[in-house]
Amino acid sequence: MRALRTFLRNPVSMVGAVLVGAVVLMALTAPLVFPGDPLGLAGRPLQWPGANPRFWLGTDPSGRDIAAQLFHGARISLLIGSVATVIAVVIGIVFGALAGFYGGIVDTVLMRVTEAFQTLPNFLLLLVLVAVFGSDLRTVVIAIGVVAWPPVARLTRAEFLTLRERDYVAAGRMQGLSDAHLILREVLPNALPPVIVYASVVMAVAILLESALAFLQLSDPNVPSWGNLIGLGRTVLRSEWYVSAIPGVAILLSILGVSLVGQGLNDALNPRLASR
Amino acid sequence: MSILRVDGLSVALPLGADRALALDGVSFDLSAGEILCVVGESGSGKSVTASAIMGLLAPGLTVTAGEIALGGEILRGDAWRALRGRRIGMVFQEPMTALNPLMRVGAQIAEMWRVHTDYGRAEIAVRSLRALEEVGIPDPPGALRAYPHELSGGQRQRVMIAMALALEPEVLICDEPTTALDVTTQAQVLALIRAMQARRGTAVLFITHDFGVVAEIADRVAVMQRGVIVEQGSAAEVLRAPQHPYTRALLAAVPALEAPPPRTLSEERVLETEALVKTYGARGMLRQRQPVRALDAVSLTLRAGSTLGVVGESGSGKSTLARCVAGMLRADAGVIRVAGAPMPKGRRAAARLVQMVFQDPYASLNPRRRVGAQVAQGPMALGTPRVQAIADARALFALVGLDEEAVSRFPHEFSGGQRQRIGIARALAMKPRVLVADEPVSALDVSVQAQVLALLRDLQARLGLSILFITHDLRVAAQICDEVAVMQRGVVVEQGRVGAVFADPAHPYTRSLLAAIPGRGLVGAG
Repeated sequence: MRALRTFLRNPVSMVGAVLVGAVVLMALTAPLVFPGDPLGLAGRPLQWPGANPRFWLGTDPSGRDIAAQLFHGARISLLIGSVATVIAVVIGIVFGALAGFYGGIVDTVLMRVTEAFQTLPNFLLLLVLVAVFGSDLRTVVIAIGVVAWPPVARLTRAEFLTLRERDYVAAGRMQGLSDAHLILREVLPNALPPVIVYASVVMAVAILLESALAFLQLSDPNVPSWGNLIGLGRTVLRSEWYVSAIPGVAILLSILGVSLVGQGLNDALNPRLASR
Repeated sequence: MSILRVDGLSVALPLGADRALALDGVSFDLSAGEILCVVGESGSGKSVTASAIMGLLAPGLTVTAGEIALGGEILRGDAWRALRGRRIGMVFQEPMTALNPLMRVGAQIAEMWRVHTDYGRAEIAVRSLRALEEVGIPDPPGALRAYPHELSGGQRQRVMIAMALALEPEVLICDEPTTALDVTTQAQVLALIRAMQARRGTAVLFITHDFGVVAEIADRVAVMQRGVIVEQGSAAEVLRAPQHPYTRALLAAVPALEAPPPRTLSEERVLETEALVKTYGARGMLRQRQPVRALDAVSLTLRAGSTLGVVGESGSGKSTLARCVAGMLRADAGVIRVAGAPMPKGRRAAARLVQMVFQDPYASLNPRRRVGAQVAQGPMALGTPRVQAIADARALFALVGLDEEAVSRFPHEFSGGQRQRIGIARALAMKPRVLVADEPVSALDVSVQAQVLALLRDLQARLGLSILFITHDLRVAAQICDEVAVMQRGVVVEQGRVGAVFADPAHPYTRSLLAAIPGRGLVGAG
């Protein structure tokens, strides 16, 4: 409760919340504001924003409404961001918790696996996964989750390494509690705050990774994502730069929003660091 | 003549703290060549006084009234920084964190002269060496080249004192300088501060919570309670004839060193350790460190319904013994027998036999779970139905002197002493044969300490508890233990009935421990 109040009183987190709120609002109202298919042909291609009152953000090289794609794209970006984050955080917590709690050989094995993932540049790994398993939306989301978990695992492990030595964990052990109880009820709730904060970083990375994939036209072409729109604009970047710039700004603002919310969460959950 | 004058000093706490003012109209004078002890319990404002004089108030604290004058000159603003170190020196509680771990000791001492004077390199080197010689560090040239972690706690505190006195300040502020030290080291450091102060005529402001230390070192005493000085006077007056009820209560709470008359003990042996051995740091082929024998053939017996105290300084192996008996560490050799049978390997079987009360009341409870659930979870893991376990937890809360309704609260809603009661309730919930208490009152204020000790004694009388009581404090041991074992470097050097051992110690180590207890003649003597 105190954390929530700190969060709401912090101007940084409020700016972030407004930005994220705007993206969520766009996603929710997309079918109302733009009821048609956002990928359907709407008018003459490459009309500048404002040139035609029907398309207030203009049209792309295929003659599709950019504003409609922006609104529907918000849904895709949020979907990719949140699902990929959940996947990455769950894998990361499982690996980190087991490695940190048990230590020894379990820790060695799990951490070598984590490092194997981490030493590969994650975008390269993502390209390989998409090349092998195809590029429909579900595969892309899972692939992003799979490349983004190692930092979460390392963070969780570090928290567990210190928390497992606490007296209340020793007391729980002496009370005869099972390892599952100790991990889930005693250690994990205390390890979560930094992981939750880091999840906002994962979410921003996930949105960026999808955009990067789409820019290379390796993402799912059948969904109106912001990345796809940037990719489409690439061919006309020198003359009709607005095609790439508009979704680019949308990505910039939503990632800024997510990061600010993350920073606000950090201030709220780690109050001792907040004043520095 | 007064060197340091504090006049009506008030310091405001941030909004939402437990009181409005950290200091409320604090006034005192400190003259050259005298030691003024500011004594009080945690939260009394004694450390805020020290940092206010240094101009190092924590963020959020502001001076709202009053003034501080040094040699007639009122301290404010930028003038302060020039004075710190040069005319006011400070010694902190924890010398390890006050020294920079990455800088050699010599460089840190030299920094004092480099920053504040224009002495040349050679001059500074000579002065550094002389400073360390003066505080009595063995091998001063070697200590200059050492890093802080290579020195012992007592040596580090000597270095801190050398640094604080390097510029020959008129005032030395010591904030609990011996609290983190062993009792024999504490006695040496107190003697050093006394000697240095006498030699140079420095005025010393000495912050402490320990009336024993006060009796040892103070010329004058100021007693603080909740930001107010409630009593001020010469050490003899305040200690022998305290006027204020708070001072009287504090002095009465200091445990006496004389043990109560011995009780008859049962013949039943509930816990036995036989030739217990535990060695640290031996594993690994490339380790250069000498292995440390934390336990060296330790054989002890705890009789049913009695308390066996294990006393010793840090590094004596007493905590290792507690952790082995509690099953948190596995001994390398030897046997632990509880109620006649060797300790079982399984966690659940062991839970019924031995439980532990921990030292730090803030670390021993999970901050994110309700305290009742933490007490009830043990019996539930062993098969007690949930409703029954919660009802038992409520009864236990009443037993340890807490409100039954408190089971549904979170740890941060309790004070340190209350948390320690919860820790005791959690241990008792398992109905163990042996209760291991590892320094259970060391982190508590003296008045709270007395209450928790009284609770343990009361519970023992009512429930017939058998307690293995680990402590570094011989006064506490005298009050709570029936028998005592004195440990030094992993070996039990002496054991017996506590009254007999303390009245007539046979081993020289026991004698040195007893001799080092601060203020043994003045405070808590019967």
